[in-house]
Amino acid sequence: MSLVQIEGLSVRYGARTVLSRVSLRIEPSEIVTIVGPNGSGKTSLLRAIIGAIKPFQGRVVRGSGVKIGYVPQNLHIDETLPITVSRFLKLPGGVAVPDIDQALTQAGVPDLAKAQLSQLSGGQFQRVLLARALIGKPDLLLLDEATQGLDQRGSASFYQQIETVRQNTGCAVLMISHELHVVMSASDRVICLNGHVCCEGTPAVVASAPEYRALFGTGTGGALALYRHEHDHGHDHGDHTHDHTEAAD
Amino acid sequence: MLDDFMVRAALAGIGVAFAAAPLGCFVVWRRMAYFGDATAHAAILGVALSLAFSMSIFVGTMTVALLMALVVSALSGRGYAMDTLLGVLAHSALAFGLVAVSFISGVRIDLMAYLFGDILAVSRGDLSVIWGGAAVVVALIGWRWSALLTSTLNEDLAYASGINPKREQLVLTIALAITVAVAIKVVGVLLIAAMLIIPAAAARPFSRTPEGMAVAAGLIGMLSAIVGLRAAYILDTPAGPSIVCVAAVTFLATSVLGNFRHER
Repeated sequence: MSLVQIEGLSVRYGARTVLSRVSLRIEPSEIVTIVGPNGSGKTSLLRAIIGAIKPFQGRVVRGSGVKIGYVPQNLHIDETLPITVSRFLKLPGGVAVPDIDQALTQAGVPDLAKAQLSQLSGGQFQRVLLARALIGKPDLLLLDEATQGLDQRGSASFYQQIETVRQNTGCAVLMISHELHVVMSASDRVICLNGHVCCEGTPAVVASAPEYRALFGTGTGGALALYRHEHDHGHDHGDHTHDHTEAAD
Repeated sequence: MLDDFMVRAALAGIGVAFAAAPLGCFVVWRRMAYFGDATAHAAILGVALSLAFSMSIFVGTMTVALLMALVVSALSGRGYAMDTLLGVLAHSALAFGLVAVSFISGVRIDLMAYLFGDILAVSRGDLSVIWGGAAVVVALIGWRWSALLTSTLNEDLAYASGINPKREQLVLTIALAITVAVAIKVVGVLLIAAMLIIPAAAARPFSRTPEGMAVAAGLIGMLSAIVGLRAAYILDTPAGPSIVCVAAVTFLATSVLGNFRHER
Protein backbone atom coordinates (compact mmCIF):
# COMPACT_ATOMS: atom_id res chain seq x y z
CA MET A 1 0.00 0.00 0.00
CA SER A 2 1.27 3.49 -0.81
CA LEU A 3 2.26 5.70 2.10
CA VAL A 4 0.83 8.76 0.45
CA GLN A 5 -1.31 8.96 -2.61
CA ILE A 6 -1.91 12.28 -4.32
CA GLU A 7 -4.77 12.39 -6.79
CA GLY A 8 -5.29 15.25 -9.21
CA LEU A 9 -4.07 17.85 -6.72
CA SER A 10 -4.47 21.51 -7.65
CA VAL A 11 -3.38 24.31 -5.33
CA ARG A 12 -4.20 27.98 -5.75
CA TYR A 13 -3.08 31.11 -3.92
CA GLY A 14 -5.80 33.61 -4.75
CA ALA A 15 -6.11 33.56 -8.51
CA ARG A 16 -2.67 32.09 -9.06
CA THR A 17 -2.49 28.37 -9.68
CA VAL A 18 0.75 26.89 -8.34
CA LEU A 19 -0.04 23.23 -8.82
CA SER A 20 -2.38 21.75 -11.33
CA ARG A 21 -3.56 18.16 -11.40
CA VAL A 22 -0.57 16.57 -9.77
CA SER A 23 -0.84 12.85 -9.13
CA LEU A 24 1.80 10.72 -7.50
CA ARG A 25 2.36 7.98 -4.96
CA ILE A 26 5.09 7.37 -2.46
CA GLU A 27 5.87 3.72 -1.76
CA PRO A 28 7.52 2.39 1.42
CA SER A 29 11.31 2.78 1.71
CA GLU A 30 11.91 4.61 -1.55
CA ILE A 31 13.81 7.88 -1.92
CA VAL A 32 11.98 10.25 -4.20
CA THR A 33 13.33 13.65 -5.12
CA ILE A 34 11.38 16.57 -6.51
CA VAL A 35 13.28 18.91 -8.77
CA GLY A 36 11.97 21.98 -10.53
CA PRO A 37 12.67 25.67 -11.06
CA ASN A 38 11.81 28.33 -8.45
CA GLY A 39 8.09 28.84 -8.15
CA SER A 40 7.29 25.44 -9.60
CA GLY A 41 5.21 24.45 -6.57
CA LYS A 42 7.67 22.08 -4.87
CA THR A 43 7.20 23.51 -1.38
CA SER A 44 3.44 23.83 -1.91
CA LEU A 45 3.32 20.12 -2.71
CA LEU A 46 5.03 19.20 0.57
CA ARG A 47 2.87 21.66 2.51
CA ALA A 48 -0.22 20.09 1.00
CA ILE A 49 0.98 16.68 2.15
CA ILE A 50 1.37 17.84 5.78
CA GLY A 51 -2.00 19.62 5.61
CA ALA A 52 -0.71 23.19 5.82
CA ILE A 53 -2.56 24.16 2.65
CA LYS A 54 -5.93 22.97 1.50
CA PRO A 55 -6.20 21.54 -2.00
CA PHE A 56 -8.25 23.57 -4.45
CA GLN A 57 -9.04 20.35 -6.26
CA GLY A 58 -8.06 16.73 -5.83
CA ARG A 59 -6.91 15.11 -2.61
CA VAL A 60 -4.02 13.86 -0.58
CA VAL A 61 -4.60 10.44 0.94
CA ARG A 62 -2.37 9.17 3.71
CA GLY A 63 -2.20 5.42 4.23
CA SER A 64 -3.82 4.49 7.54
CA GLY A 65 -1.39 4.83 10.43
CA VAL A 66 1.28 6.40 8.25
CA LYS A 67 3.44 8.78 10.28
CA ILE A 68 5.15 11.69 8.57
CA GLY A 69 8.27 13.53 9.71
CA TYR A 70 8.77 16.98 8.23
CA VAL A 71 11.93 19.07 7.91
CA PRO A 72 10.95 22.59 6.81
CA GLN A 73 12.88 25.00 4.67
CA ASN A 74 14.66 27.96 6.23
CA LEU A 75 13.44 27.86 9.78
CA HIS A 76 14.25 31.05 11.64
CA ILE A 77 14.27 30.91 15.43
CA ASP A 78 13.87 34.30 16.99
CA GLU A 79 16.76 35.10 19.34
CA THR A 80 14.30 36.32 21.95
CA LEU A 81 12.90 32.82 22.44
CA PRO A 82 15.08 30.90 24.90
CA ILE A 83 14.69 27.18 24.29
CA THR A 84 16.97 24.18 24.54
CA VAL A 85 17.24 21.53 21.85
CA SER A 86 15.64 18.87 24.03
CA ARG A 87 12.69 21.10 24.90
CA PHE A 88 12.25 21.88 21.21
CA LEU A 89 12.20 18.17 20.42
CA LYS A 90 9.64 17.53 23.17
CA LEU A 91 7.12 19.95 21.69
CA PRO A 92 4.18 19.72 21.43
CA GLY A 93 4.47 17.15 24.19
CA GLY A 94 4.52 13.51 25.12
CA VAL A 95 8.06 12.60 24.05
CA ALA A 96 10.27 10.63 26.45
CA VAL A 97 13.91 11.56 27.09
CA PRO A 98 15.38 8.29 25.70
CA ASP A 99 13.51 8.91 22.42
CA ILE A 100 15.06 12.38 22.21
CA ASP A 101 18.56 11.02 22.74
CA GLN A 102 17.97 8.30 20.18
CA ALA A 103 16.68 10.77 17.57
CA LEU A 104 19.65 13.09 18.13
CA THR A 105 22.04 10.16 17.73
CA GLN A 106 20.29 9.08 14.54
CA ALA A 107 20.61 12.60 13.21
CA GLY A 108 24.33 12.60 14.03
CA VAL A 109 24.28 15.20 16.83
CA PRO A 110 24.11 13.19 20.09
CA ASP A 111 25.63 15.92 22.29
CA LEU A 112 23.35 18.86 21.55
CA ALA A 113 20.39 18.10 23.85
CA LYS A 114 21.23 20.87 26.32
CA ALA A 115 22.33 23.50 23.78
CA GLN A 116 20.25 26.63 23.14
CA LEU A 117 18.52 26.48 19.77
CA SER A 118 19.54 30.02 18.78
CA GLN A 119 23.25 29.21 19.33
CA LEU A 120 23.48 26.36 16.80
CA SER A 121 25.36 26.54 13.53
CA GLY A 122 23.45 26.03 10.28
CA GLY A 123 24.55 22.41 9.94
CA GLN A 124 23.76 21.56 13.57
CA PHE A 125 20.38 23.19 13.27
CA GLN A 126 19.44 21.17 10.19
CA ARG A 127 20.37 18.00 12.04
CA VAL A 128 18.28 19.01 15.02
CA LEU A 129 15.35 19.54 12.65
CA LEU A 130 16.05 16.10 11.20
CA ALA A 131 16.06 14.67 14.74
CA ARG A 132 12.69 16.33 15.35
CA ALA A 133 11.30 14.76 12.20
CA LEU A 134 12.65 11.34 13.23
CA ILE A 135 11.30 11.42 16.75
CA GLY A 136 7.87 10.05 15.93
CA LYS A 137 9.48 7.13 14.05
CA PRO A 138 8.05 8.25 10.73
CA ASP A 139 7.22 6.02 7.79
CA LEU A 140 7.84 8.94 5.48
CA LEU A 141 10.35 11.75 5.83
CA LEU A 142 9.67 15.02 4.00
CA LEU A 143 12.67 17.28 3.44
CA ASP A 144 12.29 20.74 1.93
CA GLU A 145 15.67 22.04 0.73
CA ALA A 146 17.14 20.63 3.90
CA THR A 147 20.71 21.58 2.98
CA GLN A 148 20.06 25.19 2.07
CA GLY A 149 22.81 27.35 3.52
CA LEU A 150 25.19 24.45 4.08
CA ASP A 151 28.46 24.21 2.19
CA GLN A 152 29.09 21.33 -0.14
CA ARG A 153 30.75 19.18 2.48
CA GLY A 154 28.01 19.88 4.99
CA SER A 155 25.27 18.98 2.56
CA ALA A 156 27.06 15.84 1.36
CA SER A 157 27.35 14.58 4.93
CA PHE A 158 23.73 15.56 5.59
CA TYR A 159 22.53 13.42 2.69
CA GLN A 160 24.74 10.56 3.85
CA GLN A 161 22.96 10.82 7.19
CA ILE A 162 19.60 10.60 5.42
CA GLU A 163 20.76 7.52 3.57
CA THR A 164 21.93 5.93 6.85
CA VAL A 165 18.59 6.76 8.47
CA ARG A 166 16.76 5.14 5.60
CA GLN A 167 18.88 2.01 5.87
CA ASN A 168 18.37 1.77 9.63
CA THR A 169 14.68 2.63 9.85
CA GLY A 170 13.37 1.73 6.41
CA CYS A 171 11.44 4.99 6.13
CA ALA A 172 10.64 6.46 2.74
CA VAL A 173 12.06 9.87 1.89
CA LEU A 174 10.45 12.57 -0.23
CA MET A 175 12.76 15.52 -0.67
CA ILE A 176 13.15 18.74 -2.58
CA SER A 177 16.65 19.52 -3.69
CA HIS A 178 18.46 21.98 -5.87
CA GLU A 179 21.62 19.95 -5.80
CA LEU A 180 21.13 17.97 -8.93
CA HIS A 181 24.23 15.83 -8.56
CA VAL A 182 23.03 14.63 -5.14
CA VAL A 183 19.57 14.02 -6.53
CA MET A 184 20.90 11.99 -9.36
CA SER A 185 23.13 9.79 -7.26
CA ALA A 186 20.92 9.20 -4.22
CA SER A 187 17.34 8.91 -5.49
CA ASP A 188 15.36 5.88 -6.56
CA ARG A 189 12.96 8.11 -8.41
CA VAL A 190 12.97 11.72 -9.56
CA ILE A 191 9.90 13.85 -10.17
CA CYS A 192 10.39 16.91 -12.27
CA LEU A 193 7.81 19.52 -11.29
CA ASN A 194 6.84 22.75 -12.98
CA GLY A 195 3.30 23.48 -11.82
CA HIS A 196 2.49 19.99 -13.07
CA VAL A 197 4.51 16.78 -13.22
CA CYS A 198 6.72 17.25 -16.31
CA CYS A 199 8.32 13.87 -16.15
CA GLU A 200 9.25 11.23 -13.64
CA GLY A 201 11.22 8.05 -13.38
CA THR A 202 14.67 6.83 -12.46
CA PRO A 203 17.36 9.52 -12.42
CA ALA A 204 18.74 8.29 -15.76
CA VAL A 205 15.33 8.39 -17.43
CA VAL A 206 14.52 11.87 -16.12
CA ALA A 207 17.91 13.29 -16.99
CA SER A 208 17.47 12.28 -20.60
CA ALA A 209 13.84 13.42 -20.87
CA PRO A 210 13.35 16.40 -23.17
CA GLU A 211 11.08 18.16 -20.61
CA TYR A 212 13.84 18.00 -18.04
CA ARG A 213 16.46 19.25 -20.46
CA ALA A 214 14.18 22.11 -21.43
CA LEU A 215 14.06 23.20 -17.78
CA PHE A 216 17.62 22.56 -16.70
CA GLY A 217 19.62 22.52 -19.93
CA THR A 218 22.05 19.84 -20.92
CA GLY A 219 24.60 20.93 -18.33
CA THR A 220 22.90 18.79 -15.72
CA GLY A 221 23.17 15.80 -18.00
CA GLY A 222 26.84 16.38 -17.42
CA ALA A 223 26.23 16.26 -13.68
CA LEU A 224 24.73 12.84 -13.98
CA ALA A 225 27.61 11.67 -16.11
CA LEU A 226 30.16 13.14 -13.74
CA TYR A 227 28.80 11.52 -10.63
CA ARG A 228 27.99 8.21 -12.17
CA HIS A 229 31.06 8.19 -14.34
CA GLU A 230 28.99 7.51 -17.40
CA HIS A 231 30.69 9.58 -20.01
CA ASP A 232 28.13 8.85 -22.64
CA HIS A 233 26.61 12.25 -23.26
CA GLY A 234 27.06 13.73 -26.63
CA HIS A 235 29.31 16.77 -26.36
CA ASP A 236 32.60 17.39 -28.04
CA HIS A 237 35.57 17.59 -25.74
CA GLY A 238 35.78 21.34 -25.29
CA ASP A 239 32.23 21.47 -23.92
CA HIS A 240 32.90 18.47 -21.79
CA THR A 241 35.40 20.16 -19.50
CA HIS A 242 33.11 23.16 -19.30
CA ASP A 243 30.20 20.96 -18.24
CA HIS A 244 32.18 19.38 -15.47
CA THR A 245 33.09 22.68 -13.92
CA GLU A 246 29.52 23.79 -14.06
CA ALA A 247 28.29 20.61 -12.46
CA ALA A 248 30.75 20.86 -9.62
CA ASP A 249 29.52 24.36 -8.72
CA MET B 1 -7.39 45.59 53.91
CA LEU B 2 -9.17 46.22 50.60
CA ASP B 3 -10.43 49.49 52.03
CA ASP B 4 -7.02 51.03 51.46
CA PHE B 5 -6.77 52.47 47.96
CA MET B 6 -3.03 51.76 47.83
CA VAL B 7 -3.63 48.08 48.53
CA ARG B 8 -6.28 47.93 45.83
CA ALA B 9 -3.95 49.69 43.41
CA ALA B 10 -1.11 47.27 44.17
CA LEU B 11 -3.41 44.28 43.70
CA ALA B 12 -4.64 45.72 40.40
CA GLY B 13 -1.08 46.23 39.16
CA ILE B 14 -0.06 42.72 40.19
CA GLY B 15 -3.11 41.29 38.41
CA VAL B 16 -2.24 43.04 35.16
CA ALA B 17 1.42 41.97 35.43
CA PHE B 18 0.25 38.39 36.00
CA ALA B 19 -1.74 38.32 32.75
CA ALA B 20 0.73 40.40 30.77
CA ALA B 21 3.74 38.16 31.49
CA PRO B 22 2.96 35.00 29.49
CA LEU B 23 1.13 36.97 26.80
CA GLY B 24 3.97 39.50 26.60
CA CYS B 25 6.48 36.69 26.01
CA PHE B 26 4.50 35.57 22.95
CA VAL B 27 4.21 39.17 21.79
CA VAL B 28 8.01 39.43 21.94
CA TRP B 29 8.73 36.01 20.41
CA ARG B 30 6.29 36.50 17.56
CA ARG B 31 7.27 40.12 16.97
CA MET B 32 3.75 41.30 17.62
CA ALA B 33 4.73 44.40 19.61
CA TYR B 34 3.09 46.77 17.18
CA PHE B 35 0.07 44.50 17.01
CA GLY B 36 -0.34 44.87 20.77
CA ASP B 37 -0.06 48.62 20.43
CA ALA B 38 -2.71 48.77 17.72
CA THR B 39 -5.12 46.69 19.75
CA ALA B 40 -4.59 48.86 22.80
CA HIS B 41 -5.04 52.12 20.91
CA ALA B 42 -8.30 50.87 19.47
CA ALA B 43 -9.60 50.50 23.01
CA ILE B 44 -10.13 54.27 23.33
CA LEU B 45 -12.79 53.92 20.64
CA GLY B 46 -14.26 51.19 22.84
CA VAL B 47 -14.34 53.62 25.75
CA ALA B 48 -16.25 56.18 23.65
CA LEU B 49 -18.76 53.58 22.48
CA SER B 50 -19.27 52.22 26.00
CA LEU B 51 -20.06 55.70 27.28
CA ALA B 52 -22.35 56.48 24.35
CA PHE B 53 -24.37 53.30 24.78
CA SER B 54 -23.95 53.18 28.58
CA MET B 55 -22.31 49.77 28.52
CA SER B 56 -19.62 48.57 30.85
CA ILE B 57 -16.22 49.93 29.83
CA PHE B 58 -14.76 46.45 30.15
CA VAL B 59 -17.15 44.94 27.60
CA GLY B 60 -16.84 47.91 25.22
CA THR B 61 -13.06 48.00 25.16
CA MET B 62 -12.76 44.25 24.89
CA THR B 63 -15.15 44.12 21.96
CA VAL B 64 -13.40 46.88 20.03
CA ALA B 65 -9.94 45.49 20.84
CA LEU B 66 -11.04 42.07 19.62
CA LEU B 67 -12.53 43.53 16.43
CA MET B 68 -9.35 45.48 15.82
CA ALA B 69 -7.19 42.41 16.27
CA LEU B 70 -9.40 40.37 13.94
CA VAL B 71 -9.37 43.10 11.28
CA VAL B 72 -5.58 43.27 11.43
CA SER B 73 -5.29 39.48 11.15
CA ALA B 74 -7.67 39.45 8.19
CA LEU B 75 -5.95 42.29 6.35
CA SER B 76 -2.39 41.11 6.87
CA GLY B 77 -0.67 39.92 3.74
CA ARG B 78 -2.94 41.83 1.38
CA GLY B 79 -0.69 44.33 -0.28
CA TYR B 80 0.48 46.47 2.64
CA ALA B 81 3.41 45.76 4.91
CA MET B 82 2.26 44.81 8.39
CA ASP B 83 3.78 47.85 10.08
CA THR B 84 2.10 50.23 7.62
CA LEU B 85 -1.23 48.52 8.14
CA LEU B 86 -0.91 48.62 11.91
CA GLY B 87 0.23 52.23 11.83
CA VAL B 88 -2.84 53.21 9.83
CA LEU B 89 -5.30 51.22 11.93
CA ALA B 90 -3.85 51.99 15.38
CA HIS B 91 -3.68 55.73 14.96
CA SER B 92 -6.98 55.96 13.09
CA ALA B 93 -8.70 54.05 15.86
CA LEU B 94 -7.12 56.30 18.47
CA ALA B 95 -8.07 59.45 16.55
CA PHE B 96 -11.64 58.32 15.88
CA GLY B 97 -11.92 57.30 19.50
CA LEU B 98 -10.79 60.72 20.73
CA VAL B 99 -13.17 62.47 18.35
CA ALA B 100 -16.04 60.18 19.33
CA VAL B 101 -15.45 60.89 23.01
CA SER B 102 -15.80 64.63 22.35
CA PHE B 103 -19.31 64.06 20.94
CA ILE B 104 -20.56 62.57 24.14
CA SER B 105 -22.28 65.33 26.01
CA GLY B 106 -23.64 65.21 29.49
CA VAL B 107 -20.97 62.89 30.75
CA ARG B 108 -17.86 64.46 32.12
CA ILE B 109 -15.02 62.25 31.00
CA ASP B 110 -11.54 62.37 32.32
CA LEU B 111 -9.78 61.40 29.12
CA MET B 112 -6.41 61.29 30.82
CA ALA B 113 -7.70 58.47 33.01
CA TYR B 114 -8.20 56.29 29.94
CA LEU B 115 -5.02 57.33 28.15
CA PHE B 116 -2.70 56.92 31.13
CA GLY B 117 -4.73 54.87 33.57
CA ASP B 118 -6.19 55.71 36.96
CA ILE B 119 -4.89 52.94 39.14
CA LEU B 120 -5.45 54.81 42.39
CA ALA B 121 -9.18 54.90 41.68
CA VAL B 122 -9.52 51.14 41.30
CA SER B 123 -12.65 49.93 43.08
CA ARG B 124 -13.40 46.50 44.51
CA GLY B 125 -15.51 45.84 41.43
CA ASP B 126 -12.64 46.81 39.13
CA LEU B 127 -10.38 44.55 41.11
CA SER B 128 -12.59 41.53 40.55
CA VAL B 129 -12.81 42.32 36.82
CA ILE B 130 -9.01 42.66 36.59
CA TRP B 131 -8.30 39.45 38.48
CA GLY B 132 -11.08 37.56 36.68
CA GLY B 133 -9.73 38.67 33.30
CA ALA B 134 -6.15 37.93 34.27
CA ALA B 135 -7.10 34.44 35.44
CA VAL B 136 -8.87 33.76 32.12
CA VAL B 137 -5.84 34.96 30.12
CA VAL B 138 -3.35 32.89 32.11
CA ALA B 139 -5.60 29.82 32.00
CA LEU B 140 -6.10 30.19 28.24
CA ILE B 141 -2.39 30.54 27.53
CA GLY B 142 -1.48 27.78 29.98
CA TRP B 143 -3.96 25.45 28.34
CA ARG B 144 -2.62 26.09 24.83
CA TRP B 145 1.02 26.56 25.91
CA SER B 146 2.70 23.75 23.97
CA ALA B 147 0.64 24.29 20.85
CA LEU B 148 1.31 28.04 20.99
CA LEU B 149 5.04 27.47 21.39
CA THR B 150 5.14 25.03 18.49
CA SER B 151 3.31 27.35 16.15
CA THR B 152 5.49 30.26 17.28
CA LEU B 153 8.60 28.28 16.33
CA ASN B 154 7.31 27.40 12.88
CA GLU B 155 3.83 27.20 11.38
CA ASP B 156 4.63 24.26 9.13
CA LEU B 157 6.12 22.28 12.02
CA ALA B 158 2.86 22.97 13.85
CA TYR B 159 0.80 21.67 10.94
CA ALA B 160 3.03 18.59 10.75
CA SER B 161 2.29 17.97 14.45
CA GLY B 162 -1.44 18.29 13.85
CA ILE B 163 -1.76 21.81 15.30
CA ASN B 164 -3.60 24.56 13.46
CA PRO B 165 -1.48 27.72 13.90
CA LYS B 166 -4.40 29.94 12.85
CA ARG B 167 -6.41 28.71 15.82
CA GLU B 168 -3.48 29.38 18.14
CA GLN B 169 -3.18 32.89 16.70
CA LEU B 170 -6.84 33.41 17.54
CA VAL B 171 -6.19 32.30 21.13
CA LEU B 172 -3.49 34.96 21.44
CA THR B 173 -5.74 37.56 19.86
CA ILE B 174 -8.51 36.88 22.38
CA ALA B 175 -6.02 36.91 25.26
CA LEU B 176 -4.70 40.24 24.02
CA ALA B 177 -8.17 41.79 23.85
CA ILE B 178 -8.95 40.68 27.41
CA THR B 179 -5.61 41.99 28.67
CA VAL B 180 -6.19 45.36 27.03
CA ALA B 181 -9.63 45.59 28.61
CA VAL B 182 -8.37 44.81 32.12
CA ALA B 183 -5.21 46.92 31.88
CA ILE B 184 -6.90 50.11 30.69
CA LYS B 185 -7.71 51.21 34.24
CA VAL B 186 -4.20 50.44 35.47
CA VAL B 187 -1.81 51.88 32.89
CA GLY B 188 -4.13 53.36 30.23
CA VAL B 189 -4.25 52.59 26.51
CA LEU B 190 -0.96 54.31 25.68
CA LEU B 191 1.12 52.20 28.04
CA ILE B 192 -0.52 48.77 27.82
CA ALA B 193 1.98 47.57 25.22
CA ALA B 194 4.77 48.62 27.56
CA MET B 195 3.44 46.30 30.29
CA LEU B 196 3.39 43.48 27.76
CA ILE B 197 6.79 43.95 26.22
CA ILE B 198 9.13 45.47 28.79
CA PRO B 199 8.92 42.80 31.53
CA ALA B 200 9.28 40.02 28.92
CA ALA B 201 12.25 41.74 27.30
CA ALA B 202 13.84 42.37 30.71
CA ALA B 203 13.47 38.66 31.54
CA ARG B 204 15.12 37.45 28.34
CA PRO B 205 18.86 37.74 29.24
CA PHE B 206 18.49 35.42 32.23
CA SER B 207 16.12 32.83 30.80
CA ARG B 208 17.04 29.47 29.35
CA THR B 209 13.54 28.09 28.88
CA PRO B 210 10.30 29.66 27.60
CA GLU B 211 8.55 28.88 30.89
CA GLY B 212 11.40 30.47 32.85
CA MET B 213 11.08 33.61 30.79
CA ALA B 214 7.32 33.83 31.41
CA VAL B 215 7.75 33.40 35.18
CA ALA B 216 10.61 35.92 35.30
CA ALA B 217 8.54 38.39 33.27
CA GLY B 218 5.71 37.95 35.75
CA LEU B 219 7.98 38.64 38.72
CA ILE B 220 9.53 41.68 37.05
CA GLY B 221 6.07 43.01 36.14
CA MET B 222 4.73 42.56 39.68
CA LEU B 223 7.84 44.11 41.21
CA SER B 224 7.52 47.06 38.82
CA ALA B 225 3.90 47.53 39.85
CA ILE B 226 4.71 47.56 43.57
CA VAL B 227 7.85 49.69 43.35
CA GLY B 228 6.28 52.03 40.78
CA LEU B 229 3.25 52.63 42.99
CA ARG B 230 5.41 53.29 46.00
CA ALA B 231 7.55 55.73 43.99
CA ALA B 232 4.45 57.48 42.67
CA TYR B 233 3.18 57.86 46.25
CA ILE B 234 6.43 59.27 47.57
CA LEU B 235 7.35 61.47 44.59
CA ASP B 236 3.77 62.45 43.75
CA THR B 237 4.12 61.27 40.13
CA PRO B 238 1.44 59.68 37.91
CA ALA B 239 1.12 56.02 38.93
CA GLY B 240 0.79 54.21 35.56
CA PRO B 241 3.81 55.86 33.95
CA SER B 242 5.82 55.36 37.16
CA ILE B 243 5.19 51.60 36.97
CA VAL B 244 6.38 51.55 33.36
CA CYS B 245 9.47 53.59 34.30
CA VAL B 246 10.46 51.02 36.92
CA ALA B 247 10.01 48.22 34.37
CA ALA B 248 12.15 50.15 31.87
CA VAL B 249 14.94 50.64 34.41
CA THR B 250 14.80 46.90 35.17
CA PHE B 251 15.11 46.18 31.47
CA LEU B 252 18.17 48.41 31.27
CA ALA B 253 19.75 46.70 34.26
CA THR B 254 19.18 43.12 33.04
CA SER B 255 20.35 43.99 29.52
CA VAL B 256 23.59 45.47 30.80
CA LEU B 257 24.16 42.57 33.21
CA GLY B 258 23.27 40.09 30.48
CA ASN B 259 25.80 41.63 28.12
CA PHE B 260 28.42 41.64 30.84
CA ARG B 261 27.81 37.97 31.57
CA HIS B 262 27.86 37.18 27.87
CA GLU B 263 31.24 38.82 27.31
CA ARG B 264 33.06 37.16 30.18
